[in-house]
Amino acid sequence: MRNLIDIMELSTDELQELIVQATDIIENPKKYAESCRGKKLATLFFEPSTRTRLSFEAAMYELGGNVIGFSDAGSSSAAKGESVADTVRTVGCYADIIAMRHPKEGAPLVATRTAGVPVINAGDGGHNHPTQTLADLLTIYREKGRFEGLTIGLCGDLKFGRTVHSLLCAMSRYADMKFILISPEELKVPRYLITDVLDAKHIAYEEVTSLEDAMPTLDVLYMTRVQRERFFNEADYVRLKDTYILTPEKLRTAKPDLAILHPLPRVNEISVAVDKDPRACYFKQVLYGKFMRMALILKLLEVEV
Amino acid sequence: MIIGQIRNGIVLDHITAGRGMDIYRILRLGELNCTIAMIENAESVKMGRKDIIKVGKVIDLDFDVLGYIDPGITVNVIQDGKLAKREHLNLPETVRDIIRCKNPRCITSIEQELRHEFRLVDRERKLYRCIYCESAAPKLGTF
Repeated sequence: MRNLIDIMELSTDELQELIVQATDIIENPKKYAESCRGKKLATLFFEPSTRTRLSFEAAMYELGGNVIGFSDAGSSSAAKGESVADTVRTVGCYADIIAMRHPKEGAPLVATRTAGVPVINAGDGGHNHPTQTLADLLTIYREKGRFEGLTIGLCGDLKFGRTVHSLLCAMSRYADMKFILISPEELKVPRYLITDVLDAKHIAYEEVTSLEDAMPTLDVLYMTRVQRERFFNEADYVRLKDTYILTPEKLRTAKPDLAILHPLPRVNEISVAVDKDPRACYFKQVLYGKFMRMALILKLLEVEV
Repeated sequence: MIIGQIRNGIVLDHITAGRGMDIYRILRLGELNCTIAMIENAESVKMGRKDIIKVGKVIDLDFDVLGYIDPGITVNVIQDGKLAKREHLNLPETVRDIIRCKNPRCITSIEQELRHEFRLVDRERKLYRCIYCESAAPKLGTF
């Protein structure tokens, strides 16, 4: 039985299989409409989320399956002090697969030990969010037609941004990659990712503070939000939240085929005026996320269509 | 200073100087009902200074714990006054419940009876990470 806790558990071949499957779902949605008939997905969201939970639920419904679950810890037995292990053991008696979000890092890994059914990590604190990375990868692949030889700019909160960490690890396995890491000093990529991933694999990267300077070189620009919930200190959040704001003016020097991604939700780091730019891909990314979750559910449930 | 030889027991040799008491505490040697000798800052050709612990009976040792704390230790098992076995330690692949994850965002901070487990990710740098949150373990000798 497979789970998905960390994007690196999927080989590049498996990622390609998921991309092929998701592409087939996009092109032939009717073929998949009954593929999970009689199956139940449990969405266990111990932390608030709009798009990820709805994306999983929409994915399961479009596969013909059903959904049970809760959307905040207050309405679960966690509020009574139940452990993660006991909660998922119980839910594993009702559901065929679990998608779980939890504010504590590593909670989904704990869940895999007692669930008895496949567990998908739908975000664990500031740690991993592998299905967001699946959405990011499908978006990059559909926009650029390849993973190799790309210059990817990661901009904003690179310290606490779990989507950045997962994307960086996933993309580091492809040839001729270059990363431009654009952030204020306080929100730089953690050192262990520099040493264990980029340096260890001899991947080209630059750490810079200017988005404008980096812009002309980029094939992909991955914007992130400075997340209030990752700060213990409100003053630090307020000081850093407006550091990078993408506007049509800043895009003047960008390549005509740049792909702008954002894991969403955005606050103000991408001006609404950018939404009209054909290079803005972040709402397509949301849609692609649902298709990749559909492909993942099929894979973990071992359903062949 | 003269400390006599033991007839049956264990000698932990080549302990990094200053780490002997950590090992004494973590292995709970104080709870044993036998003679224990702790030698600190002994002269060593190889190490300059070292600690040595002599335990007056043969006990089961967790080599993973010892290897994590101080991988250079040599374990000598003495039987009938003779060296019966000598073990050179290595860094273990995983360590459980020796050190605690200090990341307040880690699931180990709230989940009941969850063992604290770290995995060796870089042998050269002696780097361990929490299997749950991937936080780096405290550096050897600082716990």
